[in-house]
This record gives sequence, structure tokens and C-alpha cells, in this order.
Amino acid sequence: MEPTKTQGTEYFHRVVDCQWACPAHTDVPEYIRLISLGRFDDAYLLNRRSNVFPGILGRVCDRPCEPACRRGRVEEKPVAICRLKRAAADHRGDITSRLPKAPAVRNGKRVALVGAGPASLSVANDLLPLGYECVIFEAHDKPGGLMRTNIPAFRLPASVLDEEIGYIVDMGADLRLSTPVKSMRALLDEGFDAIFVGSGAPKGKDLDLPGRRDTDRIHIGIQWLESIAFGHVDSIGERVLIIGVGNTAMDCCRSALRLGAKDVKVMARKPRQFFKASEWELEDAEEERVEIVVNHSPKAFVVEDGKLVGMRFDKLEYDLDERGRIVGSRVVEEVLIPCDDVVLAIGQENAFPWIERDLGIEFDKWGVPVVDPVTFESTRAGVFFGGDAAFGPKNIIWAVEHGHQAAISIHLHCRGRPLTERLPRGVTLSSAKMGIHEWSYSNAFDPSERRLVPHVDLKSRFKRLDIEVELGFTPEQIATEVERCLNCDLQTVFTSDLCIECDACIDICPVDCLTIARNADAPELERSLKAPRLNPEQPLFVSAPLKQTGRVMVKDENLCVHCGLCAERCPTGAWDMQKSRVVIPYAADQSTEAEVPCRKIG
Amino acid sequence: MTSIAKPKILHKGLRRNGLGLTMRDYEGGMSTLCAGCGHDSVTAAIVQAFFELDIPPHRAAKVSGIGCSSKTPAYFLGASHGFNAVHGRMPSIATGASAANRELYIIGVSGDGDSLSIGLGQFAHAVRRNLNMLYIIENNGVYGLTKGQFSASADIGAKAKKGEENRQPPIDPVQMALALGGTFVARSFSGDKEQLVPLIKAGLLHKGFALIDVLSPCVTFNDHEASTKSYAYTRTHRSTAVEADFVPARAAIQTSYAEGEIVDVELHDGSRVRLRKVSKDYDPGNRGAALDYIRSRHRAGEIVTGLLYIDESEPHFHVMNGTTQTPLASLSYESLCPGSAALEALQRRFR
Ligand SMILES: Cc1cc2nc3c(=O)[nH]c(=O)nc-3n(C[C@H](O)[C@H](O)[C@H](O)COP(=O)(O)OP(=O)(O)OC[C@H]3O[C@@H](n4cnc5c(N)ncnc54)[C@H](O)[C@@H]3O)c2cc1C
Ligand SMILES: Cc1ncc(C[n+]2csc(CCOP(=O)(O)OP(=O)(O)O)c2C)c(N)n1
Ligand code: SF4
Ligand code: SF4
Ligand code: SF4
Ligand SMILES: [Mg+2]
Repeated sequence: MEPTKTQGTEYFHRVVDCQWACPAHTDVPEYIRLISLGRFDDAYLLNRRSNVFPGILGRVCDRPCEPACRRGRVEEKPVAICRLKRAAADHRGDITSRLPKAPAVRNGKRVALVGAGPASLSVANDLLPLGYECVIFEAHDKPGGLMRTNIPAFRLPASVLDEEIGYIVDMGADLRLSTPVKSMRALLDEGFDAIFVGSGAPKGKDLDLPGRRDTDRIHIGIQWLESIAFGHVDSIGERVLIIGVGNTAMDCCRSALRLGAKDVKVMARKPRQFFKASEWELEDAEEERVEIVVNHSPKAFVVEDGKLVGMRFDKLEYDLDERGRIVGSRVVEEVLIPCDDVVLAIGQENAFPWIERDLGIEFDKWGVPVVDPVTFESTRAGVFFGGDAAFGPKNIIWAVEHGHQAAISIHLHCRGRPLTERLPRGVTLSSAKMGIHEWSYSNAFDPSERRLVPHVDLKSRFKRLDIEVELGFTPEQIATEVERCLNCDLQTVFTSDLCIECDACIDICPVDCLTIARNADAPELERSLKAPRLNPEQPLFVSAPLKQTGRVMVKDENLCVHCGLCAERCPTGAWDMQKSRVVIPYAADQSTEAEVPCRKIG
Repeated sequence: MTSIAKPKILHKGLRRNGLGLTMRDYEGGMSTLCAGCGHDSVTAAIVQAFFELDIPPHRAAKVSGIGCSSKTPAYFLGASHGFNAVHGRMPSIATGASAANRELYIIGVSGDGDSLSIGLGQFAHAVRRNLNMLYIIENNGVYGLTKGQFSASADIGAKAKKGEENRQPPIDPVQMALALGGTFVARSFSGDKEQLVPLIKAGLLHKGFALIDVLSPCVTFNDHEASTKSYAYTRTHRSTAVEADFVPARAAIQTSYAEGEIVDVELHDGSRVRLRKVSKDYDPGNRGAALDYIRSRHRAGEIVTGLLYIDESEPHFHVMNGTTQTPLASLSYESLCPGSAALEALQRRFR
């Protein structure tokens, strides 16, 4: 195989699995180290730089980082990355003086932001410190978008939202609540320098089955959750069926319990391995005695004398192939399940009734706007989309990342620069060696198992709608959990010229991920590895030919625990542990060179 | 916290042997040798060999003398028996241990200093007794532990780190063992586990005394340019006379080799060592020719490695001395201490 290029590539970024998986590329290992040092303020601010809402995301993030976490490959459970983020937020002091500030003199540019969800708020967060005037139009009387209206308060308390949204608004955003934008044409006429659409994907899908229109006890999940959030709904029948088994369904079933339901069933069409909900959301619902019923396909709502009495389902049986995919299904029987209310949680769609279709803003056949995946610009120059509004429903951390990228585009647009003039990502490296047997990080492998976050007990948590169930880690749990992080940003950097092929690194590596072998094509080289290559998704590092024998050093990145023992035992320093930092550019980092007159919208 | 100890991580790619144990179960304490020392690689090869032979760690006894090399038994087989003897006296301890329990796999680790200077006499007699053990010399040409003085294996003209030249002829343990009637004589290199591991396995199962002289560079005091025991020098001057593959007892016999190229030698548990001659006129069954070959290659500046001589037919220590089949530890009190009448009878024989 050819020697692996590590310089000037994303190689080392990929090694930091969590940071690579995080849409906003949060520097997870660094914030975990800061927490381990008790530097909660610094950990919080480092988080905030990339994900803007550490307190919120530390509770409800979709956490794509955790399934990616290396620890989950070395043993069963990943590091509790998300819970540690909350720990940084919970234990921070007053950090307000260290937040970015808007300059005293504005830069003269005005940006309109439609919707006050996480996408628009992130754009404002990045543009306000650069002197932009940010006008945020929000239909509701409170900012936050679905984070406020749909994520129930027992998962995300309002005070946390208020505080972190406040950090942005207090920089001087012009937040206009209860001000829905009714016409894009009219908004365009107001002469903004750029417009960002962060209006979300607000339409809950309906289920048109017999009986659907004959009762008022069938609710559309996201509207229903919103009504609960605003206090318009405060009760529900005893027996509730939730249709669908995604994350919305999990919030619906748990909300139903808090409104007084006694028997809540989540009805799924497919077997459990096909569920969309995250495993932890399912666990939380089942802990509260929600019953999850699989293989039931909805057929009809049964309404008698104008009263909903139940729902009919086809009970299905599935045929799976050897890879576990569904290849066939058949109905085994029809069942009637009695209920008093039904909540439909089967998905969300985009809806832009307020955007006229003759403005040069194109939509595809599903009504989703045509948006550039890098610049987030629509087909009309100066009009940008982000968050759920751009490519359909995703999650908060994606909305934040869209916001960062859109802010870069808006900043370029307003200075007349091409939107493609974006700074590249980079990686810096510096040696972590501090002396003999001394590294600048905690390299010891801690065999502790993942800590479980304590919950409010099952009796008290239902007393009010807004009792937060998760309590956050105790200080002892934090101290243990931080040590589970494998410091994947401490890279093993190899200098082939220095290697004398003494095998010391090979012999010491606790996970057998190093091999010195005769070079060959990929399949043959893989066969000579000391431990089998169990995860071909993970990169192989192949060195240049070694001086004494011409063989090559091969490293399988899959299981490396970044213990530094290879570097510790290497007599020549051919292996070194180096702290990498992935440099992620934001709007503020874009060049501030002389301004060119702003391009107009359109 | 900075840590230099190898953690025990049971990762998913970790192999298990016939006993269900992993390689980790055959490791020992954390090495305190210099980073890059050849001795650590030999340790790793020993771990691998015991693991692959499915030997329960408690069935092994590790013995050694004094030196960096002699420290290494602490770094493998943490769950076995061991005795760290005084300088050069490991063979005496090994003899006692072997006599007391012939069921143990005895592995001695020594250095060129420990075996060829102060311990030369003991070494010679262990060979001569055909003591049932594997005797590894981790040969680096210096006294590593005492900071790099020339040892008796240093070549004429080799230079120490600070520049002084060795003028005395070296003692070659391989030639000595051949001359003294050794029945298993091999040489290898710490940097070549493919060669070393099968030799260790065969040596452990050999009926009698197995010597492996392992060139094992001292990275701190003898890995410089004018050294003849450095990694680079060994790699450029090494030749292999006979390659030895280890074939476990239960493996089927393969006959894919041309006639005459291959010799199978059966070891004491029915496993075999398969010899493949690299140099076609070499005969690992001919003691005299082996000596001549090693000497002539040495004159040509080559270090010959491989399984250089093997003979499974000579009587070993237990046969010659009629030692007990049952380990002393398993004998009943009555047979170990037959009483004063028996002692009386014994003494009468000598009057
Ligand atoms: C039940 C449920 C639970 C969820 N749970 C999670 C979770 O645990 N973790 C997670 O990461 N994600 C979760 N999500 C998804 C997440 O909330 C969204 O992906 C995210 O909020 C999208 O952000 P956004 O800024 O694009 O839009 P939104 O949050 O939808 O915000 C859009 C805002 O725009 C306003 N608006 C819309 N049209 C107009 C208009 N014409 N004029 C003015 N204002 C307008 C809306 O009122 C709203 O406030 C959940 C979603 C749902 C439905
Ligand atoms: C009776 C006695 N004499 C001298 C010494 C000092 N001494 C310690 S180790 C050593 C030589 C070790 O050399 P070697 O066996 O080659 O081991 P290495 O350290 O090179 O592996 C000597 C002379 C001693 N410990 N005991
Ligand atoms: S840091 Fe080095 S020794 Fe440790 S696991 Fe990674 S490759 Fe192996
Ligand atoms: S420890 Fe260093 S010199 Fe030895 S093989 Fe590994 S990289 Fe090469
Ligand atoms: S001094 Fe030499 S022999 Fe001793 S540990 Fe260091 S490198 Fe090995
Ligand atoms: Mg020595």
C-alpha cells in the first residue's frame, strides 16, 4: 500500500471519532479534559464556540458522537459525552463577562432571520459580534422553536432555554416575538442585506384512515406537544395510543402519562430493530411503564356514537433475510385495541405557505427548497435556509451547524465576496511529551464502566409536567466518567526515518493495533496484522518503508486507546503522542479585508 | 495521571488459546528495561510461545541470574513459579527444580555476561548434563545492567559506546554447546519473532537441554555504529542456515515440500519441528559439520541463525539420573520420609 498521507488531510480529524461525527465538530476530548481539571467555565465556553447551546444540548442532543465514540468499540458503552456537556453547564460559574459581545458601532448591514429556533439563533450568535443588525421574526410569543414548543419541559427546563437564548439575544438582537412573517415578498421589500429562513419543518403528518374525521380525540403529535407547552392542553383520556415510534412518539407517550393517562401504548409497525427512536429515549419511556407494541399496522379508527373507542390494527409477521432486512410480510390477524385518545407521531414536513413561488426561490416536488449544501444559499442570492427548513427535519445540533455555515455565507455575501471563499478546516499538532514518563494528558486506561445518570424517582416525577427527570451527574460520577475518555485527539504520530524496528511498540500496545510487516497490497497487508481488522471503516495507517528492512509500520486506528505506550517505549521517538486541534473556521475567522460594496439580494 | 503500565484490555480482536486464555494472561509485570531493549522483544516471544502451546502458566518455572536479561522473567508468565538466582548460578537452581519436578516447563533466561563470564562453568555443566530446560541467552555483547562494559561475547574490533575497542576473542555459546554435546542448539534474533517463536516452542518441548542464543541488542550501550551487536549490524550480517517450523502434535502432516528439503523431528509430546534447509549443504544432524559451517561463515563476517543442531535421541538428565517420575511435591509423606529404619539401611550400604 502507498504510505498514508496525514499532513494536510482530514486523517487526524477522523481519528477523533466523536468530533468527526458531531455535525458542529465540538472538541469533545478537550472539553472533557477541561472538566477533569475542574475548569467548568472553560469547558462550557469551548462547547459554546461550536455548539452554541451546551446546557440545552447537554440534555437533549441527538448525540451522533456517542455511537461513534471509540470507547464503544473497545468495550460496550461509549463515554457519556452528552451528560458531561451538561456537567460543564451545571457547574459553570458566571461566564457572562466572557461571552462574545457586539461592537459599539454596527457594521451597517441588516439581516432578517425568520423564526427563533436554534438555526436562526446560531446565525445571530455568529453575526452579532461582527456588528450585524439581526432582526429575528418569531410567530410565537417565546423564542426557541421546537426546543421550546415540542421538547417537553421534563427533558429540557424552560430556565435552561431562557438562559442560553438570552446570551444571544442580549448581544443586541432585535427579537420580534408574535410577529409571523406572512409574505417573503414583503420581507424582501424591506431592504435587508440578507435573509435567513430558519422557520423549521412545522407540519405534522396526518393519517387518513377510516374514522379520522369523526372524532376530536385524534391529535397530531407536534401540534399536541405545542399545545401542552403553551398550556392549552392539560388533560387526556386514560387509555392513549401513540402511533409511530420515533423520538416524537417518545415525547408524546411520556407527556400523556403526565397529563393523567394510565395506559399508554406506543404502536409500531415494525420490529424493534427498525425503530427510529434513539435507544436511550426508548429506555426512558419503558422505565415509565409505557408499553411498546411491535408489528401492528394501523387500519382504522373505531368511533361509536361520535366517541372514539379504539383502533383496529393488522398484526403483521415479517420475513427477514440473513442480513436482517425485511423481505416480506403478511397479516396474521386483525386486532382492536380500545383507547380514549390517539396521538399521531409519524413524522414532520416542511411548509412554506408564506413564501411566494415567483420570487426566484425554487422548491423541489416535495416542497423542500433547493439549497446549496455548503453555502446554504437558496436559488435566490442573499436568501439562505438552515435548520429543519433547509433539508427537512433533523435535530438541534444540525440546525446549529447550518447556522454557523449560513453565517459565514452571509458574512461573505455582505462583503461582496464569493460564497466559496471559505476558509478550509485544518489540524494543528504539538508534542505532548513533558519529560521522562510524563505526558501532558491522563494517558492511563481507566477500566471503569459508563456512569448512569440518576433520575427523579418514578413516583415524584409525574407530580408536575415540568419536573426534569434527569438529575445530572454527581461530582463523583463526573470524576469517573471523564477518565473513560480515551483522549483520541492525542494522536500517534510516526516518523519512519527514526524507527530501528526494535518491536517495542508492537509488544507493548495493549490492543495489538501495531504491526511491522512486509508491504503488500491492501488485502494481504491486512492478513498480516497482529489483530484482525474488525472495522474496515476505520483507517489503516501505513508508513513509508523503514530504513533497516524496508518493511512498513502499519497501524489499525480502530482500537487504539491513545495510551501513549508505543511512544513511551519507543527508544528513538519514532512514535510521538501529539495533541491535535481541529481548526474549524467561523464567520468571525473569515478575512476582514477591505470591503467591497454589498451585493444585493436577488 | 501519566501511566507507563500496560493496561489489561480484553478487546474484541484478542485471540484465545485452547485453554481459553488470552496473551494477556501470559504477560507479567511492567518492564523496567530501557525502551527498545531487545530483551523486551524476547519476553514478548516467550509470552507468545507459551500462549500458543496452551501451557497453563502455573506449569512453568522461570529461573535466571543477574543482569538486564535476567530481570526479564519478572515480565512474563506472572502466574508461574520463578527463582532469581545469584549471578551466573541459575543452572544450579534449574537443576534442583528439574530434579524435584519433571513435569515443569523450565525456562532459564540469562545474559552473555551471566552465562559466559561468571557463570561459564555452570552453563557448561548444564549442557553436559542435558538438563531438561530451555536456556535462553539474551546476547548483547555487553554487561547492560552495569552500564555497558564488554562481555565475553564481544567481537574482536567491536567498539564500545565511548570508543574503546575489544581485543579479546569472543566466546560463542553456540559453538561451546556443540562442543560440549548439546542436543538442541539454536541462534536467533530478538527482532525476528517469526524465527524466534517456533524455536522457543520447540526448545520447550525438546527432550533435554535446549539452548537458544538470541542476539538481543542493548539499545542504550551497544546499538551504535561500531557495534557488532546492534539492530542494524545484526540485520545486515545475519544469515539463516535452517528454518524451523513448529508443528503441533494434533496438526496433520503436510507433504508439500520437495524430498530432501525437509526433515521432521519429533519432540517429546508428539509435536514436531520441521526443518527447512536454507543453505542446501547444511545438516542440522551433523555436529562436526555444523561447527565447521558456523566457523567458516563467521570468518566471512556472517552470523548464522536458525535451529543449528538437534538430536532427540540422547539420554537426558532424568534418564541419566533416574529422577522420580512423580514430582516431589506430589509424593506421599511416607515415601518422602521413609523413617529412621530406612535411613539406617541406607547408611549401612556405605559402611
Ligand atoms: C417532539 C420533538 C422532539 C424533538 N426532540 C429533539 C431532541 O431531543 N434533540 C434534538 O436535537 N432535536 C429534537 N427535535 C428536533 C429539533 O427540535 C429540531 O430539529 C430543531 O428545533 C430545528 O431547529 P430550527 O431552528 O430549524 O427550527 P425550529 O426549532 O422548528 O424553529 C422554527 C421557528 O420558526 C418559527 N416560524 C415558523 N414559520 C415562521 C414564520 N413564517 N414567521 C415567523 N416565525 C416562524 C416557529 O414558530 C419556530 O419557533 C425534536 C423535534 C420534535 C418535533
Ligand atoms: C557476583 C556478582 N558479580 C558481579 C555483579 C555485577 N553485575 C551485575 S549484572 C552483570 C553483568 C550482566 O551482564 P549480562 O548477563 O550480559 O546481562 P545484560 O544486562 O547485558 O542483559 C554484572 C557483572 C553481580 N551482580 N554479582
Ligand atoms: S497509543 Fe500506541 S500503544 Fe496505545 S493503543 Fe494506541 S497504538 Fe497502541
Ligand atoms: S518502538 Fe520505535 S523504533 Fe521500535 S519498532 Fe516501534 S517505532 Fe520503531
Ligand atoms: S541497559 Fe541495555 S540491556 Fe539493559 S535494559 Fe537497557 S538496553 Fe536493555
Ligand atoms: Mg549482556
